[in-house]
Amino acid sequence: MTKLLKSRELLLSGIIVLMIAGFATRAQGFAEPGNLVNIFNDTSILIILALAQMTVILTKSIDLSVAANLAFTGMAVAMTNAAFPDLPLVLLIVMALGIGAFLGSINGFLVWILQIPPIVVTLGTLTIYRGMAFVLSGGAWVNAHQMTPTFLNVPRTPFLGLPILSWVAIAVVLGMGFLLTRTPFGRSAYASGGNPVAAVYAGIDIGRTRFFAFVLSGAMAGLCSYLWVSRYAVAYVDIANGFELDSVAACVIGGISIAGGIGSVAGAVLGSLFLGVIKNALPVIGISPFAQMAISGVVIILAVVFNARAEAKKGRIILRNRATHEATA
Amino acid sequence: MSDVNANATRRVIPDRLGTPVTRILASWEVLLFGVAVLIFIANSLASPYFLDAYNLSDATFNFTEKAMIAFAMALLIIAGEIDLSVAAIIALASTAMGAAAQAGVGTAGLVAIGIGVGVLCGAFNGTLVSVLKLPSIVVTIGTMSLFRGISYIVLGDKAYGGYPESFAYFGQGYLFWVFSFEFGLFLLCAAVFAVLLHATNFGRQVYVIGNNDFAARFSGVPVERVKFILFLLTGLMSGIASVCLTSRLGSTRPSIAQGWELEVVTMVVLGGVSILGGAGTIAGVVIAAFVMGLVTFGLGLLNVPGIVMSIFVGLLLIITIALPILARRIKQASRS
Repeated sequence: MTKLLKSRELLLSGIIVLMIAGFATRAQGFAEPGNLVNIFNDTSILIILALAQMTVILTKSIDLSVAANLAFTGMAVAMTNAAFPDLPLVLLIVMALGIGAFLGSINGFLVWILQIPPIVVTLGTLTIYRGMAFVLSGGAWVNAHQMTPTFLNVPRTPFLGLPILSWVAIAVVLGMGFLLTRTPFGRSAYASGGNPVAAVYAGIDIGRTRFFAFVLSGAMAGLCSYLWVSRYAVAYVDIANGFELDSVAACVIGGISIAGGIGSVAGAVLGSLFLGVIKNALPVIGISPFAQMAISGVVIILAVVFNARAEAKKGRIILRNRATHEATA
Repeated sequence: MSDVNANATRRVIPDRLGTPVTRILASWEVLLFGVAVLIFIANSLASPYFLDAYNLSDATFNFTEKAMIAFAMALLIIAGEIDLSVAAIIALASTAMGAAAQAGVGTAGLVAIGIGVGVLCGAFNGTLVSVLKLPSIVVTIGTMSLFRGISYIVLGDKAYGGYPESFAYFGQGYLFWVFSFEFGLFLLCAAVFAVLLHATNFGRQVYVIGNNDFAARFSGVPVERVKFILFLLTGLMSGIASVCLTSRLGSTRPSIAQGWELEVVTMVVLGGVSILGGAGTIAGVVIAAFVMGLVTFGLGLLNVPGIVMSIFVGLLLIITIALPILARRIKQASRS
């Protein structure tokens, strides 16, 4: 299984490198380190959200409310910053994480305690959270001049050649890698998505695992809300509209099975970078940015077809692997 | 959606059924009808402009187009699948009609193109799900991006207008007095789908697939073919809704009907269709359409902005699903 997964990630890296090389022939300077850093920085928020989404998807759930959560939390943080410019940034970030985690816990609670299917819950909370962003702001915008310079500048401050925003993404990638592969929570997440019945017999509380996956996803959305608002220097009701689908798309492209239990951090990161490279290349090679939506649609469908084939082939091998795992454990 | 079936099969079968009267009284449809009546009364108390034949007729436009799709979506959800691309199909069909109108195609041609594009999109979804056996929820998230993306490529930030005058009838015409063509079409579709689901062999197969698609296969139900037809029907109804909506608005933008997929799913679930598949009625969906129409119209009369209404729609969705679950819990707790 690891061999197949590895090949999946190698394949995706290969495609991304080929794409960058191809675009570089059409547009000079596309493959230059400076531009690649820009692309990575531009994709940082998507990477973080895709990892959050991946954790939820691993447990056989889906969180469609991440973008709405981001919009609400971003609005709350921006308004707090505008109203109380003296509050330290750390406090605002903690607040963003807290509000995000709270909204995520509402999803998690409904999924865990009431056992409502995650897609229904998050479809509902998606409209509720974005509506609440409107109620909170009254439809008004928080513009750059209302925010404090520290609030705006920290994520774009260069540090060792990369902006802080990119470092945050790298830290999240490493943290998630550790969380998913080296902790009991990570193993439970894989188990409760891979085979819920077996997970129950193994003593894993699936509901609680899902709950914490949603809380984590919410907290990440909260973190991204601050990054998003400070990066684009504006907060309004419609920010990140439709971004939840991008995060799902990044996961699907990265080989994370929508049926749960299969996927790796590297896959989610590569899936995000894939979308990020396309998004940054379109204007450079003279394709209308309006084409981006259709392209991601095609990519999602192709990725799903590809995933389904890979999973169909894998069936037997998983069983054997599990058996050996249990024997050694 | 297929993965949830594993949890869904553990239905509680009661030792004895209630009397026919109590069963009808406790049914979801009757409860929902009560809610509709309450909302109706609350609305007429809250605003003096509510109880007016012309106003109420206008209110029906809030839900007729969505409800037409909801009927097909109900069948799809009962069969354990879902289609999130319906709003994008509206956008693509509308764009195709707009382009055709620019080229001078007449009303009949426009309707054919709108419905045709809808059917084609449905066939595309159906092929991916039933032939390639992909999970419908991701597939339709992908096609949602694709269909609306094509509209964006064609239109960008522009809009199509200039539809022929006779084309306006589908969205703005009236059969007689205050009864609009759309409302008539809504009632017709309700009747057709009710017969299809509740009185035909095909309808029974839809239920069987939703309850246990494994058993359905062994009972000789052509599972893949039925699912394909359901996606085709959903595409068809989206095409029809697109004709009505485009005719009513008189213009096409790529963002037309944005977010409708959520409202359609909400309507279906509110109508008592189990999101896990296998249960639900068309009557429930019809009442749910009225409930949602009345809520949005009543709030509109009270000057509540659209995005705040969406909060109510979201809450309605979650509460209507949570309440029966809570009620069952309480009943079980009191028994033990």
